[in-house]
Amino acid sequence: MKRRDTLKSLLVGGVAGATLGTSGCKVDGDKVEIELPKGLGYGRTPTEEEHDKSINSEQFYNEHELTTIATLCDIILPPTPTAGSATDAEVPAFIEFISKDLPSHQIPIRGGLMWIDGESNKRFNKRFISCSDTEQTAIVDDIAYPDPDGKKPEMGPGIEFFKRMRNLTLTGYYTTKIGMDDLGYVGNRPNAWDGVPQDVLDKHGMSYPKEWMAKFVDQSKRDVQAEWDELGNLLT
Amino acid sequence: MQIIEAAKQYDAIIVGSGAGGGMSAFTLANAGMKIAVVEAGPYFDPKDPTTMTQMKWPWESPRRGASTNRAFGDFDMSWGDWEVDGEPYTKEEGTDFLWWRARMLGGRTNHWGRISLRFGPKDFKHKDVDGLGENWPISYDEVKPFYDRLDKLVGVFGTNEGLSNDPDGFFLPPPKPRLHELYYMKGAKKSGIPVIPGRLSMLTKRINKERGVCFYCGQCNRSCNAYADFSAGSVFIFPAQKNGQVDLYTNCMVKSVTTDSEGLATGVSYINKEDNREYEMKSKIVVLGASACSSARILLNSKSSQHPNGLGNSSDHVGRYLHDSTGAGLGAFVPALMDRKIYNEDGTGGMHVYSPWWGDNSKLDFPRGYHIEVWGGMGMPSYGFGFNVDAMNKYIGGDVGGYGTKLRDDVKRFFGAYVGMAGRGESIARYENRCSIDPNVVDKYGIPVLKFDYKWSDYERFQAKHMTETFAEVIDNMGGIMMGDLPGKDKDYGLLAPGQIIHEVGTTRMGDDPNTSVTNKWQQLHDAKNVYVVDAGPFTSQADKNCTWTIMALSMRASEHIVEEFKKKNI
Repeated sequence: MKRRDTLKSLLVGGVAGATLGTSGCKVDGDKVEIELPKGLGYGRTPTEEEHDKSINSEQFYNEHELTTIATLCDIILPPTPTAGSATDAEVPAFIEFISKDLPSHQIPIRGGLMWIDGESNKRFNKRFISCSDTEQTAIVDDIAYPDPDGKKPEMGPGIEFFKRMRNLTLTGYYTTKIGMDDLGYVGNRPNAWDGVPQDVLDKHGMSYPKEWMAKFVDQSKRDVQAEWDELGNLLT
Repeated sequence: MQIIEAAKQYDAIIVGSGAGGGMSAFTLANAGMKIAVVEAGPYFDPKDPTTMTQMKWPWESPRRGASTNRAFGDFDMSWGDWEVDGEPYTKEEGTDFLWWRARMLGGRTNHWGRISLRFGPKDFKHKDVDGLGENWPISYDEVKPFYDRLDKLVGVFGTNEGLSNDPDGFFLPPPKPRLHELYYMKGAKKSGIPVIPGRLSMLTKRINKERGVCFYCGQCNRSCNAYADFSAGSVFIFPAQKNGQVDLYTNCMVKSVTTDSEGLATGVSYINKEDNREYEMKSKIVVLGASACSSARILLNSKSSQHPNGLGNSSDHVGRYLHDSTGAGLGAFVPALMDRKIYNEDGTGGMHVYSPWWGDNSKLDFPRGYHIEVWGGMGMPSYGFGFNVDAMNKYIGGDVGGYGTKLRDDVKRFFGAYVGMAGRGESIARYENRCSIDPNVVDKYGIPVLKFDYKWSDYERFQAKHMTETFAEVIDNMGGIMMGDLPGKDKDYGLLAPGQIIHEVGTTRMGDDPNTSVTNKWQQLHDAKNVYVVDAGPFTSQADKNCTWTIMALSMRASEHIVEEFKKKNI
């Protein structure tokens, strides 16, 4: 890709003279390679950058709370032979950040942590993180499933809390590299899409309409400039 | 406060750098005119690595893309959304309107869906069909040559289908449908709903040396660093700067159009957001492309002894007939799409197939149509991914809740098993639905703000009812399970709030009669011949299409009229 000429802009209002990157793009048959700039954050505006900085300069959860969060996260997603645990994926740090970024999480999580310690004290006379695995599992098994018939009315707040923790743990985990590898996600890579793989089509009993086949993009000609006849038929 | 006058005089000042303003800048600059482009937001180039979000991973955002700072998420390339800091708007009590503003070079074209549908012959003369609204003063045949040139200039994929109200064009080849789209095609076919390849302005094939070709990241809403999708900056403004005499003023918010004793425009007055001072700039012609509502606001705020009711507003029509597309949607879980083989199906940033309107409104209880957009697939996880995934088990007789290995299995089993449909329909433009100046409120630049007064009618509600009922039927045909309940009357049948579809048009509608329209068929104010409006304001009616392609075709047409009139010294 050619770098565009330096802009000629008149400065009366603030005209930003952006330094252009050197992103390049190489196309070879169905292989597409692009170079993208690295290490520049995730494209924040100055106001957004300030917002992130201000969030990172504060600490919401105390050490005990964070340890309890980490314990719960790893109960929700323990390691497997092939994938790291929630704490390997730094999910507690994500929950710390998102609780400040979306403050509606704050009271339910802080209150939920108090609730689970209260429950643990009641049952085992110690806080949740000091319980044995068996003791922790006993509590978690009472709050990890819905209770539609109201058989465990006193577990209500715990069920709501665990649901929130499960949701945030899943989101925090599957939006990391560890999580995406576990999921098997293979997108967000340059490519030349050429339809659903044949074995998948077969499995689902699907096929492309025959009358459409000639119209679809021919990826071997993607770099050939488009030309049409006067009726709009693509010639190239 | 002293107003600072710029020494330079331009042939034309273009207000706004989006679809309409960008096209006008491109056309005028290429014709050799000396122009200024005034944009209320900062400079933006999709290639600039400091602002780029394309191809970023969710973990690069500490909130994993959540919508705290940007309404459509961290990676969406719109600076400004329903709310812009320091720039409020108000609403008449008991009414609703959501107003999206992208404050940046290129405006909303940096993040839009790129769905690029021509209006058809019926769309320009729909009053002839059902007696509602107003006919445009122009016909499809008059706009067709501009659509044809636009297709080739900007690039749009699609197919020629020979449909009567969804005209053929000069299309790039479309991408093959994804798996969930094949399921949709099957479901729609069973209900007699046509499905054709999508029509989106993304380059599936090279159209020139300056722009790249799509590499199927599916992230057009992040703005393409290869310029392989349409954004007004990369496609219009930058080439205009290269080829012509263009001065670009960013972070400059136009307050009003200045006029002389004859009532003709002399230029614009604007606030420079960098120093918060007011400036005046002179030109022979003023072209408004600030967006339908922003241009109406500028006109209404341009009062003088010649234009006591605001510029172009002798008819009291500026701001009236404001109308957005209707919208309603449904999501489904398709058990047959569970346990999928995983491959990269990001595709282009939007639907590979869609359904143009197929119904006969004379047999229905609502007058205008809608098209159906489809979503789904194995998309990149971001904030919200995995929420309540365990609850999906209730649909397949499995256990809800849990943790550990079972939960990991749930995440994988349900990945890519969702399909959704969204209807985008035509509403009827009404005199009562409007934006006007709120007499009591100013923004942080001291500029009086807009007050919205907009209500849907049963035409739109019954259309939404038809949409959701149709989607439910298609979901059933696909063997899917509808998520949630069919929205009832108490929820307007799922009809979204006005403004939410971000297709607002009609505030400076065109017409032959100066008493019932603001601009003539060349988008020139009836009240001041050297002022043109090139955004969606002059739309006499919206269609069951997205408005951007028509904004650009009409802006090309109006801008070429400007060049001719300027050369003849008529303006």
